[in-house]
Amino acid sequence: MEYLSAVFQEVYKILFLLVPVLVSVAMIVWLDRRVWAFVQKRQGPNVVGPFGLLQSLADALKYIFKEIIIPSSSNKVIFILAPIVTMTLALIAWAVIPFSATQVLADINVGILYLFAVSSLGVYGIIMGGWASNSKYPFLGAIRSAAQMVSYEVSIGVIIINVLLCVGSLNLNDIVIAQKNMWFVIPLFPMFVIFFISALAETNRPPFDLPEAEAELVAGYQTEYSGMMYAMFWLGEYANILLMCAMGAILFLGGWMSPIDVYPFTLVPGAIWLILKILLLFILFALVKAIVPRYRYDQLMRLGWKVFLPLSLTWVVLTASYLFYFNLLPVN
Amino acid sequence: MIAHAIFFYTFSIIAVVSAIMVTASKNTVHSVFFLILDFISISCLFIMIGAEFLGMIMLIVYVGAVAVLFLFVVMMLNVAQQKNQWFAGQQSSRHIPVGLIISTLIFFEIIIVIGGWKYKPEIFDINNSISQASISNTHSLGQILYTDYIHVFQISGMILLVAMVGAIVLTFRQRSGVKRQSYIKQISRERAEGVEVLEVQSNKGVKLDD
Repeated sequence: MEYLSAVFQEVYKILFLLVPVLVSVAMIVWLDRRVWAFVQKRQGPNVVGPFGLLQSLADALKYIFKEIIIPSSSNKVIFILAPIVTMTLALIAWAVIPFSATQVLADINVGILYLFAVSSLGVYGIIMGGWASNSKYPFLGAIRSAAQMVSYEVSIGVIIINVLLCVGSLNLNDIVIAQKNMWFVIPLFPMFVIFFISALAETNRPPFDLPEAEAELVAGYQTEYSGMMYAMFWLGEYANILLMCAMGAILFLGGWMSPIDVYPFTLVPGAIWLILKILLLFILFALVKAIVPRYRYDQLMRLGWKVFLPLSLTWVVLTASYLFYFNLLPVN
Repeated sequence: MIAHAIFFYTFSIIAVVSAIMVTASKNTVHSVFFLILDFISISCLFIMIGAEFLGMIMLIVYVGAVAVLFLFVVMMLNVAQQKNQWFAGQQSSRHIPVGLIISTLIFFEIIIVIGGWKYKPEIFDINNSISQASISNTHSLGQILYTDYIHVFQISGMILLVAMVGAIVLTFRQRSGVKRQSYIKQISRERAEGVEVLEVQSNKGVKLDD
């Protein structure tokens, strides 16, 4: 009985985390479209609900009632599994995101590695969807996406090493607390820029949305999906974007810590600061989508392997030698 | 404790079944997916024995990178054609002795390792360096990897580098007649060399020197 109640407590905690995440994914889609529209001097969705806030819910309702079409030549099990995998992976990563020093679902030792592992698993949803559709455009989209995500993961991993050198721990809360005096965005600013661009590529956002480039590949790996399955890909994609923003906020912008450590600011709960930082990063994501044209595929690969990887590796050497010679290495 | 046992048996059953399915399933892509499932459940087992760093690295390296490349290669194969060749043809039988020899070798290796562990535990005694409760798994791994085993670590790194260079050299071929883009050339192009303004007379046209 005691065991059962403990299990129920955990389930409550998970629900209290996941339901807000799902609702905020819906809201963030609205925000994305609004920012995009404002850059182009349009109004964007403004009809359903106040300021069009309920637009995403209306869209979701529409998707639920649409027919799910499974192509007869597809590999059915994997075809159905693909959106489920995408969605699940986008949601399980939130387990380790700290909203304050105590408000975290799983405060594990290797939190940042867990985040990195889950985001590198994200590629499977796309490959499975692309392959199981058994059609040309989805397959090409899946191959592009796999190559792109594997390439940019390398530079994200190296950037994480930069931050870890300054922290000396893999725990996300330790990473946040290590930024008490100065956010890592100041000493590691070039790394922050590279992280931001790699996060765009990792989440298949414009200007790196080649896996679903509508001008070349119809809709890439999503071409054969319809109804709720398409909506799940969509939700998973936006949940991943939010996760990348959260990762950026934790690694470089001080996570749940207030920007200045003085009285009225410290009253605000950490979760609010984290959400504000995520929103700031997300608005940057949306602006990039609105103002930058799409990359060509060979340019994308060149940027990942020939520019970002050497740059971030050099920065690791620089950071390490700086910390070593000024005796700042975090040793415990 | 019961919960621990339940989790252990769930993960190990998934691991063993998916390992069998890797070889048993007829669709090669399915085998790779089972291999991924196997990797994931093994990394769960790693986490259960407290080696959380190894578990995560297993996920990142094997599932996140190596298996993606596997999948890449396998997806390019024509599955239907393969079935005909491998399951109906006779030529596959000559691989069986090699496979048998390798699997017997691995079997005896595992027996030696497990037997040594069982009867001479002091050989494998690394308690003095690893399992201090005060420091985390990652710290203790780093402490022995970069001190006692630094040469082994660097040699294995060199071997990987050599393998990588070898793979690139083997697959690299210089094709003639391929036009390459030079970004520096493209960017440093001036208006003067690209555009020429000409006064065109009516009914005469312009003669371009090409």
